[in-house]
Amino acid sequence: MIEPVRDSLDHCVKCTICETFCPFSQVTPLFPGPKFVGPQAERYRGAGVSPDASVDYCSGCGICTQVCPQGVKIAEINSQARAQLWEERGIPLRNQLIARPSVLGRLGTPVSPLANWALQNKALRLLAHRLLGIHRRAPLPRFAGRSFQRWARRHRSPISRRRVVYFHGCGVNYYEPAVGEMVVGVLEHNGYYVQIPPQDCCGLPLQSNGNFEAARAYVRRLVANLAPYAREGVPIVVNSTSCGLMLKREAHEILGVEDDDLRAVSEATYDFCEFLLLMHERGELRTDFRPLPQTVPYHAPCQQRGHGIGKPALDLLALIPDLRVIELDADCCGIAGTYGLKKEKYEISMAVGERLFRDVRESGANLAACDSETCRWQIEHGAGVHAVHPVELLFRGYGLDAPAPAGVSAR
Amino acid sequence: MTYDTVVIGAGLAGLTAALRLADEGGRVLVVAKGVGSTHLAPATIDVLGFDGGPVESPAQELSRFGEAHPQHPYASLSIDLIAASIEWLKTRLPAFGYRGGLEENFVLPTAVGAVKRSAVVPETMAAGDLRAGGRFLFVGLGLKDFFPAYLADNLGHVSADSAVSARAIELETSPGGEADVSSVGFARRFEQSTFRNAVVRGLAGQVERDERVGFPAVLGLQDAGKVWRELEEKLERPVFEVATLPPSVSGIRLFEAMTAAVRKAGGRILIGQTVTGAEASNGRVEAVVVQAAARPTTYRAGSFVLASGGFASGGVQLDSYGKLREAVFDLAVSHAEDGPRFLPDYLDEQPLDRVGVLVDNGLRPTDGDGRPLYENLHAAGATLAGAVPWREASGNGVSLASGYAAAAAILESDS
Repeated sequence: MIEPVRDSLDHCVKCTICETFCPFSQVTPLFPGPKFVGPQAERYRGAGVSPDASVDYCSGCGICTQVCPQGVKIAEINSQARAQLWEERGIPLRNQLIARPSVLGRLGTPVSPLANWALQNKALRLLAHRLLGIHRRAPLPRFAGRSFQRWARRHRSPISRRRVVYFHGCGVNYYEPAVGEMVVGVLEHNGYYVQIPPQDCCGLPLQSNGNFEAARAYVRRLVANLAPYAREGVPIVVNSTSCGLMLKREAHEILGVEDDDLRAVSEATYDFCEFLLLMHERGELRTDFRPLPQTVPYHAPCQQRGHGIGKPALDLLALIPDLRVIELDADCCGIAGTYGLKKEKYEISMAVGERLFRDVRESGANLAACDSETCRWQIEHGAGVHAVHPVELLFRGYGLDAPAPAGVSAR
Repeated sequence: MTYDTVVIGAGLAGLTAALRLADEGGRVLVVAKGVGSTHLAPATIDVLGFDGGPVESPAQELSRFGEAHPQHPYASLSIDLIAASIEWLKTRLPAFGYRGGLEENFVLPTAVGAVKRSAVVPETMAAGDLRAGGRFLFVGLGLKDFFPAYLADNLGHVSADSAVSARAIELETSPGGEADVSSVGFARRFEQSTFRNAVVRGLAGQVERDERVGFPAVLGLQDAGKVWRELEEKLERPVFEVATLPPSVSGIRLFEAMTAAVRKAGGRILIGQTVTGAEASNGRVEAVVVQAAARPTTYRAGSFVLASGGFASGGVQLDSYGKLREAVFDLAVSHAEDGPRFLPDYLDEQPLDRVGVLVDNGLRPTDGDGRPLYENLHAAGATLAGAVPWREASGNGVSLASGYAAAAAILESDS
């Protein structure tokens, strides 16, 4: 698969449409733009050393590939070039560290009060800034102190003929287990028996940080766990849009993984909102929503758009009475997973997100919605407005947050 | 997913159809392989600028032109409809301050100092009209592919017999210390008052009292009207924009304004997805299939607009066997007779120039006998056969009018 990606550069007609959209080259001269770094510079790569290092300032948001009228896989070419660059130069310790959320999660969860204190401590953050290169103001998540997997092991999903597998990812497991519980709650409310097999990281952060070998090992292990369900015809639902895209496309297209397990898992994988909207199309989604009289600006993350499924969250949230959702026009929040955590990239990341932060603030709402966890943390950091996954609004809309009346089970 | 209308293509034709339908309350999806023509062409509406010689008034020439070219889109679009599409655009996008109409063409300078005739132009370009003659000052900013001295000199040759005189000035701007700033980069800087003030200071005392001042069309992205008015005020001279080579900032403004309007009207826009096929039965298109990540997705709709463009956008394709086809519905294309595919002279009218989809008066693609193939499929823009926009100066005119007409046909069949 690597070659078809690279070969697509021959379709580049140098129209520069990608350059006009790139959120990163707009705010920093350190990234000369997707066309220069991608289809153009790629001709100088191959045997021998990478001609220049500016490709490291590409965030991998993928907007260039989406807008290209000729089908050039610009972002994918750049991801592969970045991996080649770091293979030559050796991956810095910081990039190895922040690219392993499940390792960090296992270390931080048992000592979460201490870990969270350390992550908020100005002196320690300054130390991490200087020694590791993790920007002292970057939005790092807080450990929940309990893992979602632990909740899942005790949770008994009501048996139903309709079955779904939930791939929750590292964000839910260590930082936002409540989001995972709401995903399960909404699926069960709609009559699904939810299975939650043991699982680890999909390898996406390692891919973004140029460590393809480790990323491939992670994703292979994950799909080996999920493939038996896929082969039984059980859909796999993911609420993290970037991890979902890894399974649907990037492991194959960017990492070049050719694997029957991956193929089976890819075809069975659905974004959470995509899955619910498909149910609604079939007339199977419950619409017993109570009114939520509030205004919520919605931002579709870049990786969500990479799914090519439109913005199903908008259609789902429209089912909730009195809920007014504003579709935001800004392209990118700037965080790009781990990009905005880095000392040399934090300011760039904040400049990219500026328009989104402004639009969120100007909406006057005290709550924003966005499908991706790192983007939510960035929106909260940049706009100062609490950001939730759309599932939280659906969960509340269904009334699942209220204690069930006596004798009636809410789930 | 199910929509009232699925529009394939996000150029001016597709977005016009989508916006009109969304404004009427239709559930509309625009799906496009990528962003296209809007980012390459200026936001002027060129209806008819050249037909063997310069056209001064499209209104006077259009009916004769349609009769002379029975397979041209203008042969099936009435003058009233073209005029209505222009009025609609003016009203729907008031921020552009569009001026003009079918009665008389503006004559605008291009970046290389040629002239181009446009029926309708954004207010930011109107003062560049060369018809009344006069003195013009062209300002360079260090933007690549925009050389004001070259422009001014060429313009002197092109309009030797008119009363146009032109000169050039080059400002040292180097915004942000960058070596290579694109037109979009300059447009973003023009939205900052410090940059505008520096430009005004750089021109202080350099503009003659009777000169009009031309800038490359980079006067802001979001709020060009405001930037343009401020420059006119501070320079105390008429100011105008000259369309640049791609990327076209004025076209980007058009794309941004129209997509934002479509979204605001409740439409959905899906860019980056290729429509790979369609499902049809009983003379109706039922659905189109899009290759999303991991699996194909089917979008059903009551009507469909094909505005996928011509060769440049992949809407019409020529395969390695020399076979020509329309890419989504595999429609037969016209002007595809056997014979040489290319003529040796670059400026010759090429055999493939007019290739496209033939349609009936409701813009429905037809079979060989002129009967519509599907009752709910309409084609618009560069997908249509018969036009040679770069020769006729008819680019956005055909797209706007046919996009508007496709929406009209759908609204009519619904009522």
